[in-house]
Amino acid sequence: MKNLPKWVDLALIPLINLFLAFMISGLVVVYIGENPFRAMQIIINGSLGSAYGLGYTLYYATNFIFTGLAVAVAFHARMFNIGGEGQAMVGGLGTALVCLFIDWPHWTIAFPVAIMSAALFGAAWSAIPAYLQAKRGSHIVITTIMFNFIAYSMMVYLLVHVLKPKGQMAPESAKFVAGSNLPSAHDIFGWFGMAFPKSPPLNITFLLAVLACFLIWLFIWRTRMGYAIRAFGWSETAAVYAGISPFKIIMVSMLVSGGLAGMMSINSVMGEAERLLIDSVQGAGFVGIAAALMGRSHPLGVFLAAVLFGVLYQGGAELEFEMPAVSREMIVVIQALVILFTGALENLVRVPIGKIFMKLNTKQN
Amino acid sequence: MDTKVQHDSAAPMIELRGISKSFGPVQANKNINLKVNKGSIHGIVGENGAGKSTLMSILYGFYKSDSGEIYINGKHINITDSHVAIEAGIGMVHQHFKLVENFTVLENVILGTENSFLINPALNNARVLLSDLASTYSLEVNPDALIEDLSVGHQQRVEILKALYRQADILILDEPTGVLTPAEADHLFNILRNLSKEGKTIILITHKLKEIMSVTDTVSVMRRGEMTATLETSKTNPQELAELMVGRSVLLRVEKDTTEVGDKSLEVHDLSVTDKRGVTALKNVSFHVRKGEILGIAGVAGNGQTELLEALGGISPATGTMKIDGEEIPLLGKGSDARSKREYGVSHVPEDRQKLGLILDFFAWENIAFGYHHKDEFNRNWLLMDNGKTREIAREEMAKFDIRPPTPNNLVKNFSGGNQQKIVLARELEQHPKVLIVGQPTRGVDIGAIEFIHQKIIDLRNKGVAILLVSVELDEIFSLSDRVAVLFDGKIIGERITEETNESELGLLMAGIEDGSGEQPVMESVA
Repeated sequence: MKNLPKWVDLALIPLINLFLAFMISGLVVVYIGENPFRAMQIIINGSLGSAYGLGYTLYYATNFIFTGLAVAVAFHARMFNIGGEGQAMVGGLGTALVCLFIDWPHWTIAFPVAIMSAALFGAAWSAIPAYLQAKRGSHIVITTIMFNFIAYSMMVYLLVHVLKPKGQMAPESAKFVAGSNLPSAHDIFGWFGMAFPKSPPLNITFLLAVLACFLIWLFIWRTRMGYAIRAFGWSETAAVYAGISPFKIIMVSMLVSGGLAGMMSINSVMGEAERLLIDSVQGAGFVGIAAALMGRSHPLGVFLAAVLFGVLYQGGAELEFEMPAVSREMIVVIQALVILFTGALENLVRVPIGKIFMKLNTKQN
Repeated sequence: MDTKVQHDSAAPMIELRGISKSFGPVQANKNINLKVNKGSIHGIVGENGAGKSTLMSILYGFYKSDSGEIYINGKHINITDSHVAIEAGIGMVHQHFKLVENFTVLENVILGTENSFLINPALNNARVLLSDLASTYSLEVNPDALIEDLSVGHQQRVEILKALYRQADILILDEPTGVLTPAEADHLFNILRNLSKEGKTIILITHKLKEIMSVTDTVSVMRRGEMTATLETSKTNPQELAELMVGRSVLLRVEKDTTEVGDKSLEVHDLSVTDKRGVTALKNVSFHVRKGEILGIAGVAGNGQTELLEALGGISPATGTMKIDGEEIPLLGKGSDARSKREYGVSHVPEDRQKLGLILDFFAWENIAFGYHHKDEFNRNWLLMDNGKTREIAREEMAKFDIRPPTPNNLVKNFSGGNQQKIVLARELEQHPKVLIVGQPTRGVDIGAIEFIHQKIIDLRNKGVAILLVSVELDEIFSLSDRVAVLFDGKIIGERITEETNESELGLLMAGIEDGSGEQPVMESVA
């Protein structure tokens, strides 16, 4: 079973998983008395069928790319970073501080500074669990989950007591300075004389996410540090034999991971909301785990999985609107089924498929 | 293929007819025929991957054969799973024990055969039976001891008792001596002889020809899935068996010239290691190795060998001093890690290639750079590694060390044990070390590869490299080293020049019986 053809491993099995997830979702839709094929059509049309839908889909995908890459990088060192949610929240604080208090003349200057600030804040939030793991052996899964809650409480405190402008009811920061507003897809297409609807929140951060995919691929598969991270991930004892410091690997992989999660806020906080909201992450940290699992911790896989989840988010919203019988909760059920089948139940399909291919191979010989 | 071994007309205890089994394209067993008489000890030898374990797994019901029939005591039995095998009286002692560490011996023995809601009846029943078995077969074990407190030899006895408790008449032992000291192995063989006297039939799978010669009545040789011969042990010899296993003539002992030894290259003084539990594993160990010399460290496993290798290789901290060509290098704190050791010219072939020496899920070419990945030859610039060049280097080294298949783009876990070891050896030797530290270089490696590996180590010595060889195989110590030091209980208990000593003298030292003089070993014996 260890030598499945690559296309089976990377394409066929995820597709079968997806198919199964959709089939069961379809049964759910049938159960509530709607036509599953029409539901499917609405999801696809709503998310990919128009520039408007695509603008939303890719906006969500951008969030998931960052949080997915974050989980993927840490996973190469066998660090299961469940704290993307909290790291993204704190990254949002880093973005907000940059965009609130400095009067930026132009977004091109604000952009790189905000990226660094967001990454720095996100990395700082992952540094404490990483240090505890590296020095004290405190399990990274437990500590990063805890840090999600701490981050949330901290953000509530800051937004209610510190960052909220006087006299405002909602617990959110003031609007960012105009010079920090990133160009949206509408603006970017406009530069080239092309049209793109104004309302979708898709912005230049999408390009940053694509770049991040490439850079993370380069980092993991082409640099010495990436080599050391992968070696450590496969075998800690062998890594020590080779002179690789576990402390260094745990810190570096978790800092890069936290930094990536933090950078998600460039898209959602700086690019879309243009103010810091109390729930700027909206579960993207957890969807990132699914995207990394489904994408096999490979940047290209993460990208594709992130787009798929973007489709589900946007298509789900459309479905809710078009088919009132399908409630918001139903959409969450469908998304959960996809995560369940592509992530947790992966072996459900892998084992029988592996057996079939063994049989086929035997016959050929 | 069938032999003249069958004298009597009674049905054999075990008969295999035309067993074949393939895994995908690999045919693990090809038309195997075998007869084993009741009350005999039958050895099966063969190199790694020859199909021994597959055959036994078919007999024990782990795998289903593609074709062929199994007869037990003349009766055709369709062994569909292990329960059927146990019912038929087959017991198996696995290479890696399947015991619950924090259960007592008794609890382990009855596991799965409790037969009632309360376990006390079964426990009492087993206690009586166990004391019977213990006296009949000299299989003494304290029934109330926890498994984790028992020595490996005793744990193995528990495995045998488990099989006997289930009324096994046929006992299959898979590489049973791999983890035992020579004394424990001798005791095991006595047990096996007793068992066979009482009419039990025993199948012994091993790659150690010495064991075959000393304990079995008949022996079968397997090569590439086929049973190439079945012989009476008394009518064969190790050389013949080795040739049948490999399919060509082999040198059981590599030729070695005497060479001029040079200056002291590796010097170790007062090396002490305390492990994580606070147990002192090494106490004030001192020795030196000269250029062009192999110092063998002999001893029963678990007397500080692992700690010695890990301290010198930079894996775990130690106190004392270590010098390379007169330059002191740290054993503790900053600059004592494995990377620094390599920068001083110390290469390390570890005891456990799968846990330490290799990343099994990396490609062969990635493993060729492992530990040396900071060196210029594997890098394009300050940031990026040079994968293309690393592949090229790997291709050259793999050809040079006859690693099969010679494809760098192959995951290391898909290579056989011998070829994995050659990958480690190729990597460490091709870095032209000043000092080579090597632990158990041929553990789990087949005969053909042993010859090759020994030759490479001797070539390196002839080039003037100082080599520290740690091995629990006395044969290996004798055929490679120029001097031998014996580790016992974390101390060097004696030191000899290889040509002026013999196995029985070293055997005494290994058992902890010190020199008559009672003084510290003489260090300058080869000056």
